[in-house]
Amino acid sequence: MIKFNLFRLSPVLIVAFLAGCSAPNSTGGINDPYEETNRSWHDTNVALDRAVIKPVSTAYGTVVPDPLRKGLANVSDTLSIPGTVVNDVLQVQLGDAVHNTARFLVNATVGIAGLFDPATSIGLEPRDSDFGETLHRWGVGEGAYVVLPVYGPSTERDALGLVVDIALDPIGHVFGTPESSYKTGLKVAKLADTRYRYSDLYESLVYDSADGYAQMRLTYLDNRHYALGTPIGASDSAEGQATPYDIYEDFYE
Amino acid sequence: MSNFARNFGLSRRALITSMAAVAAFPTAGFAFSESQAEALIDKVVSDINAIINSGKSEAAMYVDFERTLVRYADMPNISRSVVGPPARSASAAQMAAFTKAFQTYIARKYGSRFREFIGGKIEVNTTQKINSIYDVRCTAILKGEPPFAISFIVADKSGKFIDLTIEGISLLKSERAEIGAMLDKVGGNIDKLTASLA
Repeated sequence: MIKFNLFRLSPVLIVAFLAGCSAPNSTGGINDPYEETNRSWHDTNVALDRAVIKPVSTAYGTVVPDPLRKGLANVSDTLSIPGTVVNDVLQVQLGDAVHNTARFLVNATVGIAGLFDPATSIGLEPRDSDFGETLHRWGVGEGAYVVLPVYGPSTERDALGLVVDIALDPIGHVFGTPESSYKTGLKVAKLADTRYRYSDLYESLVYDSADGYAQMRLTYLDNRHYALGTPIGASDSAEGQATPYDIYEDFYE
Repeated sequence: MSNFARNFGLSRRALITSMAAVAAFPTAGFAFSESQAEALIDKVVSDINAIINSGKSEAAMYVDFERTLVRYADMPNISRSVVGPPARSASAAQMAAFTKAFQTYIARKYGSRFREFIGGKIEVNTTQKINSIYDVRCTAILKGEPPFAISFIVADKSGKFIDLTIEGISLLKSERAEIGAMLDKVGGNIDKLTASLA
């Protein structure tokens, strides 16, 4: 029995939230009116990383062999595909919906319940999506930059997307409570694996920068805009975002 | 030391050649094309591929990488851009000293990531002109990693590259933020900023 908890969220709240998202309020191309609060959450997250996440990830990376960590991360990825398909459909990206469904079927069967990723080698590479992207396709502005507790960098739109993705996830509805918590466990294992694998890169950005907060904000927003495929030359100025190429126009004054 | 001497020799020769070209075609200005932009990045990429697979020590790779930067990237103007408005009031000597320190810092900072690139390669795909720049799109293929997109931004005006983006993350913007924060820490003093990069 699949029930969509999304519709239990108050529609009034959602509309109010979306209205807030599209408010243009930017300085220097970055919309960060909550900078003070964000910086304090950033500091808390970095302290949490130092005290817990880094040591746990290092232990996980040292104790569990690489192929097993990769396999578990693959299972987590495979379990996230049905949620991606839901978003593909909501965006009317039916080609991606078919692609991702085929990817799920191949990896869930030939890939032994998702431990391996044979789909990529036959042209069914990962094509991620999420409800933040769905909102973007529906024309919702990204809103302000926010730093979420534990989770880290996001925007108002993407933060709402995170919540809706949990409510929409078919896996969460198909399986009962204990199985759903395995999925959460796999996700945590995948995050620990990622934190361990890219430890040098992450630490050079967050710990070794003169302003780790500014670096993380820039990296998140640039990469997110890239992933959402902000079209070249498209005027996003209503949202206060410069197109990625604008920064080169005054390079030679 | 000999590397720097050789490099200086090349820059001087390149300068004399370009001065001769300007003298011969005084009205031509600098006209660049998509194929020239792509040819430039082909050279950069083949240099980088050679450096990361050279088997040299990291320190030696930094020196090679800095030489590639100086030859193909517009380091003086990238330096002005990352310093921002204070660059206008700085003297030529101050900016020259900063540029020298900045290019060594960049070579070391990004060169230290080369360990992850060993055995990998970069492929040039397509080039597109967008207003005053050429976006030369490449794919980085690293061992045990899904391929990812990198772009060299070549300026039409100088015929050199002025930015490198990795999956949309601009290193020019990133260094503007970083150098800006460092400049704040030293109270806006460019000489102290230069010293802090060393």
